[in-house]
This record gives sequence, structure tokens and C-alpha cells, in this order.
Amino acid sequence: MLVAGVDVGSLTVKAVILKDGEVAATTTLITGDDAATAARTAINEALKSLAERGVSATLDSLDYVVATGVGRKEVAFAHEVKTDVRCDAVGARHLFPSVRTVVDIGAESCKVIRLSKKGRVEDFTANDKCASGTGMFLDTLAKVIGVGVEKLGELSLKAKEPAKISSMCVVFAESEVISYIHKKTPVEDIIAGVHESISNRIFGMMNRVGIEKDVALVGGVARNVGVVRALEARAGENILVPEAPQIAGALGAALIAAKACEGGA
Amino acid sequence: MIAHYGYADGSGEYYLIVDTDRCDGCGRCVEVCPNDILELAPDDYGKTVVRVKDEFVNSIGYICPACKRRDERCESVCEHAALSYTW
Amino acid sequence: MLVAGIDIGSLTAKALILEDSKIRAYAIIPTGVDSEGTSKKVMNSALERAELSLEDLEYVVSTGYGRVIVPFANKNITEISCHAKGAVFLFPSVRTILDMGGQDCKAIRCDASGKVQNFAMNDKCAAGTGRFFEIIAETMELPLEELGGLSLEAMSAAKISSACVVFAKSEVLALLRKGVDKKNILAGINEAVALRVFALLNRVGIEKDFAITGGIAKNVGVVRKVEEKVGLKALIAEEPQIVGALGAALFAKEALEQV
Repeated sequence: MLVAGVDVGSLTVKAVILKDGEVAATTTLITGDDAATAARTAINEALKSLAERGVSATLDSLDYVVATGVGRKEVAFAHEVKTDVRCDAVGARHLFPSVRTVVDIGAESCKVIRLSKKGRVEDFTANDKCASGTGMFLDTLAKVIGVGVEKLGELSLKAKEPAKISSMCVVFAESEVISYIHKKTPVEDIIAGVHESISNRIFGMMNRVGIEKDVALVGGVARNVGVVRALEARAGENILVPEAPQIAGALGAALIAAKACEGGA
Repeated sequence: MIAHYGYADGSGEYYLIVDTDRCDGCGRCVEVCPNDILELAPDDYGKTVVRVKDEFVNSIGYICPACKRRDERCESVCEHAALSYTW
Repeated sequence: MLVAGIDIGSLTAKALILEDSKIRAYAIIPTGVDSEGTSKKVMNSALERAELSLEDLEYVVSTGYGRVIVPFANKNITEISCHAKGAVFLFPSVRTILDMGGQDCKAIRCDASGKVQNFAMNDKCAAGTGRFFEIIAETMELPLEELGGLSLEAMSAAKISSACVVFAKSEVLALLRKGVDKKNILAGINEAVALRVFALLNRVGIEKDFAITGGIAKNVGVVRKVEEKVGLKALIAEEPQIVGALGAALFAKEALEQV
């Protein structure tokens, strides 16, 4: 059985192919202005990488495809679309069977999902209208600080005294960062302050929904170890992070596709 | 005067609302707040009433909703129904 | 009687001198990083225009974000009350005021004497503020003052789904890449902002007459869109930015009259 999950996010498209229930190929690429084309390119890339492993397949040989993410309706070759919340929940639960609170920090959105003991979505809160609490926040501030986004995590771990950033809004936080730069505050301290700021925002959302152990963090921003640490400190909880946090949604979509196959055909 | 402290952002509206005509400055809400975000201060017309401290107005949506699950909250201990909120 | 009001905002500082009940002179300068220094500079600027000195002033009230650091102020009063007082002085029939400032937006309901009955403020978020328009103007490579006029020439408004500056900026860039007419983009921006401030106004309720104050009142495009949503014509002062300082000066006058 060959199924796929495609997560069309605002910044990146993720495709996951499962062969007989196991992850056989994954792709991540930039969405750009044309989500439909990006989705097609992503699945083709994934199929190519599958072929490189000796499994030759085409789009038509996929038994079932589930699309999710903000651009899910643009995936012409999907059999079904499912919400991000659903796919995140399924993906995270598969990666960590004990998880009850799933935090997803993406490029332009963030959400917190609370699951029942059985893994059903009980409650969630999401934000996709405000850049604070999203990858955009980190991206914008990293530019101002003059550091690549991938370096933020490791640099923040060297901080001595995180700078206090009181604004949640990126635009206002930017001004605060600029004045710290003028004051010659060490870059590591500024970055740590930025991480604290975003984790405060996320923690507030976690509180709204209620925190139940275990807590998992998914989405692109989960690759930033500084944010993970800051969130752990703020929440007072250990946070589980998968090896490839960005593909959790696509993985969930693929698992739902697998279920649909078993059930239906 | 009805004072709305808070803001609206992409995830919703988070306002703590004080009816200063009903508030008598008793301070019960200030004591019960677990995050110490309230204070008593004279308003522009000279009456001492409760307000949200300046430094917390922009964080209301992150701090306050957790109190939904508490028995004693600012809004529940007020005997004049001067406080309400939007979440 | 000579009194003054001084409004230290996050982007601009305003000082206004009142002689009895007439505006004698006023000045507007950027706040910059040194609020205290700016307060002295803007006061001196207004005094120069009035050909007066600080000692001639009998009472000074400060307001705005930087109100507590004005060294020569006798008293400080919140900008909410000062805006209401100032607006009612200029337009005695006004009962609902929308102030769109440099970094915040306020919705105020007041009575006939300018006393505040209801207010809501949004300063957490740059959407709909001067900062927002500054960034959009920069992104679109247009002068800030032309934004309003240009938007009125739009054939249709492009869809901008976000009032968030950061997201709106991305959307604007994508639209520019697609070759969408700048005028239509501006119209779309104004629509997004108008929706945002309309929600704030609804929080306090809208009663006529309706006035818009603050620097953004000079953007005819936004004003038009807000008027459409509110269903009322907006009263706008000749210099909408000084309403807060005017209100502060009026409070100064009241303080003296009480003594």
C-alpha cells in the first residue's frame, strides 16, 4: 500500500509517502506564490526519492492522498482534505503515543491542541492573523539582529542574561531589539530575550487550552533548540520534540490516508 | 465609565472590562489576582478605582484565561459586578 | 490666562498653548529616543511661535505615552480623557472618537462635557497605526502623504486578508509581484485597517457625531473606508494630531479655574 500526506503551509510544502505504513520518503520545499504547482513538485520529488530506494511509483500508483495546511484546497491530486489540527494531532500521537498537548509553531501560524487520553482532539486554540508567536517573529528579528535563522538556537544557549522584550507585536519588538543593539547588548542575550518573548506568547495559548502531560512541539520552529528550552522553562514541563518536527502535519495526513485505505478499499 | 483593558489580535478579543461607576475601590479583586496585574489608582476624574497595570495590558490574553478554571477570580469576588471579561 | 498642554506620543510630540479659550500656538516634532529632551524642545517651539517664555505659562498638563517624564508639567492626565476633552471643544456635538495614532488606536465615547463614558485601546498591535502605514509606504516605495489620495483612484480593492503589518507586508509584496495596481492594493489595505478599527469602535458602541483624530485622520482613503463601515460622516480637525495636547491644555485651564 502506497499513500501520501501533503501539508501545504504558508512558507513550505511537506510531502510524506508511507509504504505499508512506514515512512518511505519525505520532501520539504518552498511554497512560493503558486501553491498548486508547489504541491505537485513536492509529491514528484518524494516519488523520485522513493524511486532512488528501488520503489518505482507514479502519482497514479498512490492509493490515497490526504492534503492539509493552509493551501490544502490547491492540491488537485488529493483524494481528501483534512484540517491541520486533525493532522497535527494524528502525527504527533504517532510519534509520541503518550502526548496530550500538541504545540505547533509554523512559519505564519501557531496552535495548541489538547488531546484526550485516547488521542481525540478535545480543545484547541489557533492564531494565523498575528505574526507574534510564529516563525515570522523570529525571522524578522533575526534579520534585524543580522543572524541567520538557523543560528538562533545555538547562539541563544550561550546567553548570560536574556534581554527583556516586552512587546508581543513584531513591529514593536523590532524597535526594542534595535535599541538593545545600540546599547551593545550581547547578541546571545538579545536572541534569548526574543525566545523568551515568543515562548510567553505560546505559553499563554497553552494556558487557554489547559496543559496535560505529555507536551510535544512540532512545526518548523521546533528545530530551534533555544525556543524549546525557553518554552520548557516557561511551562515547567519537559517538551518532546520529534527528529523532523516540520513534517508532523504531513505525516498525520499520510497516516489518515493509510487508515482510509484500510477501511475503504 | 466603562474601561476596556486589553486588545484584539489574530486569535480573538481579550478585554478585561471595568465599570468604574460600579467600582468602589474595595480592592478585593486586586488581592485575589494570582498574577498581580490589577491595581487601585485615581482615574482622571479623581475617583479611586481598579485598573489593569500598564505593563500587563498587552498580555491579558496570555495571562488571564487560565483563571477560567479558578473558583476565586477578580470578576467573581467583586460584589458590585464591576468586572467582566470577553474570553 | 495662559496655559499649555503637551502630548508626548510614541512617534510625535505635540505642544499647544491656550490663551483663555483660544489656541495661541502649537508645535509638532518627532519624539525620537529622548522623550524628556523632546518635551522641552516641542514646548520651546510652541513658545517661540507664541512669542512667550515658559514662565508666562500658568499651568501645564502633560499627556500621552511619555506624560510622566515632562519635567515642567504640573499634572499629567491620560490621553483618553485629553482626546475626549479636545475633540468636544472642537466639535461640541461629538460623542464617539476614533484616535489613530503612531502606535496605537483608541475608541472613546464621551458626553457633552467631554467626560469619558467608555473607551477601548489597542496598543499591543501595530495594525491600523501610523507604523503600519509607514511600513506599507516603504514597501510600496510611495510617499506616506500620497497613500490616501492614491487609494481613492482605485478601480477595485485588492483582497488583503491580514491587518497584521508583517503579514500584510508579505501579501503586498506578493500582489506587487503579480502586477496588481498599487492603487488597488492601497484600497485593500485601507479596507483591512477599517475592519480592524470598526471592531474597536463596536466595542464601545457608536453614537453620533463621530470624529477621527490622530495623524492617520489625514489619510482620506482610510477615513472614507471607516466612514462607510460606521455609516457616519467623520468630523476631522484641521490639524488632527493636536487634539490630545488641546485637551491637556483645557484640563490645565480647568485646574486653574478650580483654585
